Amino acid sequence: MRNGHLDPIDRAIVAALQRGVPIVERPFAELAASLETTEEAIVARLARLIHTGAVGRFAPMLDAEKLGGAVILCAMAVPAERFEDVAARLAAMPEVAHNYERAHRFNMWFVLAVERPELIPATIARIEAETGLEVVDLPKLEEYRLELVLPV
Amino acid sequence: MLDPVDRRILVASQDGLPLRVEPFAELARALGLPQAELLNRPRRLRERGVIRRIAAVPNHYRLGFLANAMTVWDVDDREVSRLGPEVGALPFVSHCYRRPRRPPDWPYNLFAMVHGRSRAETEGRRAEIAALLGSACRASDVLYSTRILKKSGLRLAPEPPAPSETSACSA
Repeated sequence: MRNGHLDPIDRAIVAALQRGVPIVERPFAELAASLETTEEAIVARLARLIHTGAVGRFAPMLDAEKLGGAVILCAMAVPAERFEDVAARLAAMPEVAHNYERAHRFNMWFVLAVERPELIPATIARIEAETGLEVVDLPKLEEYRLELVLPV
Repeated sequence: MLDPVDRRILVASQDGLPLRVEPFAELARALGLPQAELLNRPRRLRERGVIRRIAAVPNHYRLGFLANAMTVWDVDDREVSRLGPEVGALPFVSHCYRRPRRPPDWPYNLFAMVHGRSRAETEGRRAEIAALLGSACRASDVLYSTRILKKSGLRLAPEPPAPSETSACSA
């Protein structure tokens, strides 16, 4: 088996675990029973999926707004020759939760997630000062869907 | 707000729970907390919505979703609140939001994330959204992601952030 190859059991595990586990002593017990395997086997596969990068992490998914914080989507048009430098700066900032390169004049799209709402304008101002680039802020006005589950 | 013990638990688990058959018991041992606390506190945080769920974060690309697009639409302001939920209800849309336009560079007010196994599949799905929006949509664009530069989610600091006025002298 290639290192990164996902077999059907891997896929079933990712499909189930992206929906979440029950908060119980043995959170993998139900899944192990439904896949007719052992909890140890689930954990070993999960560890391999994380090691190979198919799964980023297995952790609590937090809602910044419910914590009293805030989240915002931002875009920047970054000159190609500066792209890696700006990406590295943002990667080093704990306020940057996600960052994607996209094929567009606005080629860098990132999400700020912070524990206090007033950190949003301060963080945007810092990014603009450090990069000399304009940040386009695009706060959500209405949410029509937030469903992070993919049909694996 | 988080009390200090909740924060300790979340800071210790945000990079990943212990990969064990009993991950919460393992975390309780590591933090020197009673095992029951490592079930009761996360349960309460989930009831409050602070924890959405305890889950695996998949890498779309590695699962075969090679064409991940942010589709964006300039939808009539009088229609967007009616049409947005319809777009959000499409099975292939993972996130859907109304956001402000930023003219002249950014005329789009409706954002829908679409994931497909190929560009052809994603373009077909984009066409479905266009058909649903019909004449309420004046313009649209699609921004394919070409690289994940960071995907860490919200990061909690070990100590709560101080109010901005006093952050320099909180000690």
